[in-house]
Amino acid sequence: MKLTVNGEAHEIAATTLDELLAALDYEGDWLATAVNSDLVHKSKRAEFQLSDGDRIEILSPMQGG
Amino acid sequence: MFDLLGTTLPSRLLLGTAQYPSPAILADAVHASGTAVVTVSLRREMAGGKAGEKFWSLIRSLGVRILPNTAGCHSVKEAVTTAQMAREVFGTSWIKLEVIGNHDTLQPDVFGLVEASRILCEDGFSVFPYTTDDLVVAERLLEAGCKVLMPWCAPIGSALGPVNMTALRSMRAFFPDVPLIVDAGLGRPSHAATVIELGFDAVLLNTAVARAADPVGMARAFGKAVEAGREAFCSGMLEPRDVAVPSTPTFGGAVFS
Repeated sequence: MKLTVNGEAHEIAATTLDELLAALDYEGDWLATAVNSDLVHKSKRAEFQLSDGDRIEILSPMQGG
Repeated sequence: MFDLLGTTLPSRLLLGTAQYPSPAILADAVHASGTAVVTVSLRREMAGGKAGEKFWSLIRSLGVRILPNTAGCHSVKEAVTTAQMAREVFGTSWIKLEVIGNHDTLQPDVFGLVEASRILCEDGFSVFPYTTDDLVVAERLLEAGCKVLMPWCAPIGSALGPVNMTALRSMRAFFPDVPLIVDAGLGRPSHAATVIELGFDAVLLNTAVARAADPVGMARAFGKAVEAGREAFCSGMLEPRDVAVPSTPTFGGAVFS
Protein backbone atom coordinates (compact mmCIF):
# COMPACT_ATOMS: atom_id res chain seq x y z
CA MET A 1 0.00 0.00 0.00
CA LYS A 2 1.31 3.46 -0.89
CA LEU A 3 1.17 5.92 1.97
CA THR A 4 2.59 9.35 2.63
CA VAL A 5 4.02 9.59 6.14
CA ASN A 6 5.14 13.02 7.35
CA GLY A 7 5.44 14.12 3.73
CA GLU A 8 7.48 11.13 2.56
CA ALA A 9 6.25 8.35 0.28
CA HIS A 10 6.26 4.83 1.73
CA GLU A 11 5.28 1.40 0.40
CA ILE A 12 4.11 -0.48 3.45
CA ALA A 13 2.23 -3.70 4.16
CA ALA A 14 0.59 -2.36 7.35
CA THR A 15 -3.21 -2.24 7.28
CA THR A 16 -3.89 -0.36 10.52
CA LEU A 17 -2.37 2.81 11.94
CA ASP A 18 -0.94 0.88 14.88
CA GLU A 19 0.82 -1.52 12.51
CA LEU A 20 2.19 1.39 10.51
CA LEU A 21 3.69 2.99 13.63
CA ALA A 22 5.31 -0.31 14.60
CA ALA A 23 6.63 -0.92 11.06
CA LEU A 24 8.29 2.50 11.00
CA ASP A 25 9.69 2.14 14.53
CA TYR A 26 7.51 4.78 16.15
CA GLU A 27 6.70 4.25 19.78
CA GLY A 28 5.78 6.31 22.82
CA ASP A 29 2.73 7.96 24.35
CA TRP A 30 3.95 11.44 23.36
CA LEU A 31 2.99 10.95 19.71
CA ALA A 32 -0.14 12.29 18.04
CA THR A 33 -1.48 10.98 14.76
CA ALA A 34 -3.67 12.31 11.98
CA VAL A 35 -4.83 10.65 8.77
CA ASN A 36 -5.88 12.82 5.84
CA SER A 37 -5.87 15.89 8.12
CA ASP A 38 -8.14 14.39 10.79
CA LEU A 39 -6.97 13.42 14.27
CA VAL A 40 -6.91 9.70 14.99
CA HIS A 41 -6.99 9.17 18.76
CA LYS A 42 -4.42 6.92 20.37
CA SER A 43 -7.17 4.55 21.43
CA LYS A 44 -8.43 4.22 17.83
CA ARG A 45 -5.12 3.43 16.11
CA ALA A 46 -5.43 -0.34 16.41
CA GLU A 47 -8.77 -0.41 14.63
CA PHE A 48 -8.09 2.39 12.13
CA GLN A 49 -7.89 0.83 8.67
CA LEU A 50 -5.51 2.55 6.27
CA SER A 51 -6.28 2.99 2.58
CA ASP A 52 -4.01 3.37 -0.41
CA GLY A 53 -2.94 6.99 -0.79
CA ASP A 54 -3.60 8.00 2.81
CA ARG A 55 -1.58 10.91 4.19
CA ILE A 56 -0.42 10.31 7.74
CA GLU A 57 1.04 12.88 10.10
CA ILE A 58 2.94 11.74 13.20
CA LEU A 59 3.77 14.62 15.52
CA SER A 60 5.58 14.98 18.82
CA PRO A 61 6.31 17.82 21.28
CA MET A 62 8.71 20.54 20.25
CA GLN A 63 9.78 24.00 21.36
CA GLY A 64 7.25 26.72 20.64
CA GLY A 65 6.58 30.39 21.22
CA MET B 1 -1.26 36.17 42.05
CA PHE B 2 -3.27 36.16 38.87
CA ASP B 3 -6.44 34.25 38.05
CA LEU B 4 -6.49 32.96 34.48
CA LEU B 5 -9.59 30.98 33.47
CA GLY B 6 -9.99 29.68 37.01
CA THR B 7 -6.32 28.86 37.46
CA THR B 8 -4.33 30.88 39.97
CA LEU B 9 -0.91 31.75 38.61
CA PRO B 10 1.98 33.30 40.55
CA SER B 11 3.23 35.35 37.59
CA ARG B 12 1.79 37.46 34.79
CA LEU B 13 4.56 36.38 32.47
CA LEU B 14 4.01 33.52 30.03
CA LEU B 15 7.15 32.28 28.32
CA GLY B 16 7.89 30.53 25.04
CA THR B 17 10.31 27.61 24.90
CA ALA B 18 11.87 28.08 21.44
CA GLN B 19 15.27 29.36 20.28
CA TYR B 20 17.23 28.94 23.53
CA PRO B 21 20.94 28.12 23.21
CA SER B 22 20.43 24.83 25.10
CA PRO B 23 17.80 22.89 27.03
CA ALA B 24 19.61 23.71 30.29
CA ILE B 25 19.44 27.43 29.58
CA LEU B 26 15.75 27.08 28.72
CA ALA B 27 15.12 25.41 32.08
CA ASP B 28 17.13 28.04 33.97
CA ALA B 29 15.35 30.87 32.14
CA VAL B 30 11.93 29.45 32.98
CA HIS B 31 12.85 29.26 36.67
CA ALA B 32 14.47 32.71 36.70
CA SER B 33 11.44 34.33 35.07
CA GLY B 34 9.04 33.08 37.72
CA THR B 35 6.59 32.06 34.99
CA ALA B 36 4.04 29.34 35.60
CA VAL B 37 2.96 28.87 31.97
CA VAL B 38 5.12 27.96 28.99
CA THR B 39 4.16 27.56 25.36
CA VAL B 40 5.07 24.47 23.37
CA SER B 41 4.36 23.15 19.90
CA LEU B 42 4.17 19.96 17.83
CA ARG B 43 6.33 18.89 14.91
CA ARG B 44 6.83 15.89 12.69
CA GLU B 45 8.69 13.15 14.52
CA MET B 46 11.30 11.16 12.61
CA ALA B 47 10.83 7.40 12.43
CA GLY B 48 12.46 5.93 15.53
CA GLY B 49 13.16 9.45 16.77
CA LYS B 50 13.19 10.44 20.41
CA ALA B 51 13.54 14.25 20.09
CA GLY B 52 9.96 14.84 21.15
CA GLU B 53 10.26 12.59 24.16
CA LYS B 54 13.41 14.36 25.40
CA PHE B 55 11.84 17.79 25.08
CA TRP B 56 8.58 16.66 26.66
CA SER B 57 10.32 15.16 29.69
CA LEU B 58 12.31 18.39 30.15
CA ILE B 59 9.12 20.47 30.06
CA ARG B 60 7.35 18.16 32.50
CA SER B 61 10.29 18.45 34.92
CA LEU B 62 9.82 22.25 35.08
CA GLY B 63 6.55 21.96 37.00
CA VAL B 64 4.77 24.60 34.94
CA ARG B 65 1.49 24.66 33.09
CA ILE B 66 1.53 23.98 29.34
CA LEU B 67 -0.01 26.19 26.68
CA PRO B 68 0.38 24.39 23.34
CA ASN B 69 0.26 26.47 20.19
CA THR B 70 -0.78 25.93 16.59
CA ALA B 71 2.22 27.80 15.18
CA GLY B 72 2.73 27.50 11.46
CA CYS B 73 -0.91 26.74 10.67
CA HIS B 74 -2.28 28.72 7.75
CA SER B 75 -5.76 27.24 7.47
CA VAL B 76 -8.67 26.61 9.81
CA LYS B 77 -8.46 22.87 9.22
CA GLU B 78 -4.73 22.72 9.98
CA ALA B 79 -5.18 24.75 13.15
CA VAL B 80 -8.14 22.71 14.39
CA THR B 81 -6.46 19.35 13.80
CA THR B 82 -3.19 20.56 15.34
CA ALA B 83 -5.11 21.77 18.41
CA GLN B 84 -6.81 18.40 18.74
CA MET B 85 -3.47 16.59 18.41
CA ALA B 86 -1.93 18.91 21.01
CA ARG B 87 -4.75 18.20 23.45
CA GLU B 88 -4.07 14.49 23.14
CA VAL B 89 -0.31 14.77 23.60
CA PHE B 90 -0.13 17.47 26.26
CA GLY B 91 -3.29 16.58 28.17
CA THR B 92 -4.64 20.14 28.32
CA SER B 93 -7.58 21.84 26.68
CA TRP B 94 -5.73 25.17 26.65
CA ILE B 95 -4.62 26.14 23.16
CA LYS B 96 -2.82 29.20 21.85
CA LEU B 97 -4.58 29.45 18.53
CA GLU B 98 -2.55 30.80 15.64
CA VAL B 99 -3.95 30.97 12.13
CA ILE B 100 -1.30 32.78 10.15
CA GLY B 101 -2.44 34.90 7.23
CA ASN B 102 0.84 36.11 5.79
CA HIS B 103 4.25 34.42 5.56
CA ASP B 104 6.25 37.65 5.84
CA THR B 105 4.41 39.57 8.54
CA LEU B 106 3.09 36.51 10.42
CA GLN B 107 -0.08 38.54 10.80
CA PRO B 108 -3.02 36.46 12.01
CA ASP B 109 -5.74 35.56 9.51
CA VAL B 110 -8.45 36.97 11.72
CA PHE B 111 -11.29 35.52 9.63
CA GLY B 112 -9.88 32.01 9.92
CA LEU B 113 -9.07 32.69 13.55
CA VAL B 114 -12.70 33.43 14.42
CA GLU B 115 -13.90 30.34 12.54
CA ALA B 116 -11.31 28.05 14.16
CA SER B 117 -12.08 29.56 17.59
CA ARG B 118 -15.76 28.73 17.21
CA ILE B 119 -15.02 25.13 16.26
CA LEU B 120 -12.54 24.62 19.09
CA CYS B 121 -14.63 26.34 21.77
CA GLU B 122 -17.58 24.11 20.84
CA ASP B 123 -15.19 21.16 21.14
CA GLY B 124 -14.39 22.08 24.74
CA PHE B 125 -11.12 23.95 24.26
CA SER B 126 -10.05 27.04 26.19
CA VAL B 127 -8.90 29.08 23.22
CA PHE B 128 -6.19 31.73 23.59
CA PRO B 129 -6.41 33.45 20.19
CA TYR B 130 -3.32 35.21 18.82
CA THR B 131 -5.02 38.22 17.28
CA THR B 132 -4.53 41.84 16.32
CA ASP B 133 -5.68 44.87 18.31
CA ASP B 134 -8.83 45.18 16.15
CA LEU B 135 -11.86 45.65 18.40
CA VAL B 136 -14.43 44.14 16.03
CA VAL B 137 -12.36 41.01 15.60
CA ALA B 138 -12.02 40.87 19.38
CA GLU B 139 -15.81 41.01 19.74
CA ARG B 140 -16.21 38.20 17.20
CA LEU B 141 -13.70 36.08 19.07
CA LEU B 142 -15.62 36.57 22.31
CA GLU B 143 -18.87 35.68 20.53
CA ALA B 144 -17.15 32.54 19.24
CA GLY B 145 -16.56 31.49 22.84
CA CYS B 146 -13.08 32.78 23.68
CA LYS B 147 -12.70 33.84 27.33
CA VAL B 148 -9.30 35.45 26.86
CA LEU B 149 -7.70 37.49 24.06
CA MET B 150 -4.06 37.71 23.04
CA PRO B 151 -3.46 40.77 20.87
CA TRP B 152 -0.07 41.41 19.33
CA CYS B 153 1.65 44.72 20.07
CA ALA B 154 4.01 44.37 17.09
CA PRO B 155 4.92 41.59 14.64
CA ILE B 156 6.18 38.29 16.08
CA GLY B 157 9.89 38.40 16.90
CA SER B 158 10.21 42.07 15.90
CA ALA B 159 11.15 43.36 19.40
CA LEU B 160 9.50 46.66 18.48
CA GLY B 161 7.39 46.87 21.61
CA PRO B 162 3.93 48.48 21.65
CA VAL B 163 3.66 50.35 18.34
CA ASN B 164 0.06 51.44 18.79
CA MET B 165 -0.59 52.50 22.35
CA THR B 166 -3.91 54.07 21.42
CA ALA B 167 -5.24 50.76 20.10
CA LEU B 168 -4.05 48.91 23.19
CA ARG B 169 -5.69 51.49 25.47
CA SER B 170 -8.94 51.18 23.52
CA MET B 171 -8.85 47.43 23.78
CA ARG B 172 -8.38 47.55 27.55
CA ALA B 173 -11.21 50.07 27.86
CA PHE B 174 -13.61 48.14 25.59
CA PHE B 175 -13.10 44.82 27.34
CA PRO B 176 -12.57 45.65 31.01
CA ASP B 177 -13.52 42.17 32.22
CA VAL B 178 -11.77 40.02 29.62
CA PRO B 179 -8.29 38.74 30.42
CA LEU B 180 -5.99 40.40 27.87
CA ILE B 181 -2.52 39.04 27.26
CA VAL B 182 -0.13 40.91 24.99
CA ASP B 183 1.42 38.27 22.77
CA ALA B 184 4.16 39.00 20.26
CA GLY B 185 6.39 41.97 19.55
CA LEU B 186 7.82 42.68 23.00
CA GLY B 187 11.56 43.31 22.93
CA ARG B 188 12.53 44.75 26.29
CA PRO B 189 11.40 44.51 29.89
CA SER B 190 10.29 48.15 29.70
CA HIS B 191 7.89 47.17 26.88
CA ALA B 192 6.36 44.51 29.12
CA ALA B 193 6.10 46.96 32.02
CA THR B 194 4.44 49.50 29.72
CA VAL B 195 1.61 47.25 28.61
CA ILE B 196 1.07 45.89 32.11
CA GLU B 197 0.89 49.49 33.37
CA LEU B 198 -1.89 50.01 30.81
CA GLY B 199 -3.85 47.33 32.60
CA PHE B 200 -3.14 44.31 30.41
CA ASP B 201 -3.37 41.19 32.50
CA ALA B 202 -0.24 39.42 31.31
CA VAL B 203 2.36 39.16 28.57
CA LEU B 204 3.56 36.23 26.49
CA LEU B 205 7.02 36.43 24.98
CA ASN B 206 9.77 34.21 23.69
CA THR B 207 12.38 35.70 21.36
CA ALA B 208 13.26 38.66 23.59
CA VAL B 209 14.42 36.24 26.28
CA ALA B 210 15.68 33.31 24.22
CA ARG B 211 17.83 35.41 21.89
CA ALA B 212 19.24 37.74 24.54
CA ALA B 213 22.97 37.51 25.20
CA ASP B 214 22.07 36.13 28.64
CA PRO B 215 18.62 34.52 28.43
CA VAL B 216 18.51 33.68 32.14
CA GLY B 217 19.28 37.27 33.16
CA MET B 218 16.75 38.59 30.65
CA ALA B 219 14.10 36.17 31.89
CA ARG B 220 14.63 37.46 35.40
CA ALA B 221 14.47 41.06 34.17
CA PHE B 222 11.15 40.46 32.39
CA GLY B 223 9.74 38.81 35.49
CA LYS B 224 10.62 41.87 37.57
CA ALA B 225 9.31 44.27 34.92
CA VAL B 226 5.95 42.56 34.85
CA GLU B 227 5.74 42.68 38.64
CA ALA B 228 6.69 46.35 38.69
CA GLY B 229 4.20 47.20 35.95
CA ARG B 230 1.36 45.48 37.77
CA GLU B 231 2.14 47.11 41.09
CA ALA B 232 2.28 50.49 39.36
CA PHE B 233 -1.08 49.86 37.66
CA CYS B 234 -2.65 48.94 40.98
CA SER B 235 -1.09 51.93 42.76
CA GLY B 236 -2.57 54.68 40.59
CA MET B 237 -0.09 56.49 38.38
CA LEU B 238 0.00 60.24 37.84
CA GLU B 239 -1.30 61.58 34.56
CA PRO B 240 1.34 63.49 32.58
CA ARG B 241 1.13 67.31 32.78
CA ASP B 242 2.48 70.00 30.49
CA VAL B 243 3.55 72.31 33.32
CA ALA B 244 6.08 71.99 36.09
CA VAL B 245 4.76 71.30 39.56
CA PRO B 246 7.27 71.70 42.41
CA SER B 247 7.74 68.59 44.48
CA THR B 248 9.21 70.47 47.44
CA PRO B 249 6.60 72.48 49.40
CA THR B 250 6.87 76.21 48.66
CA PHE B 251 5.22 77.26 51.93
CA GLY B 252 7.59 78.54 54.60
CA GLY B 253 10.59 79.09 52.36
CA ALA B 254 13.31 81.46 53.63
CA VAL B 255 13.54 84.93 52.10
CA PHE B 256 17.06 86.29 51.75
CA SER B 257 16.52 89.55 49.94
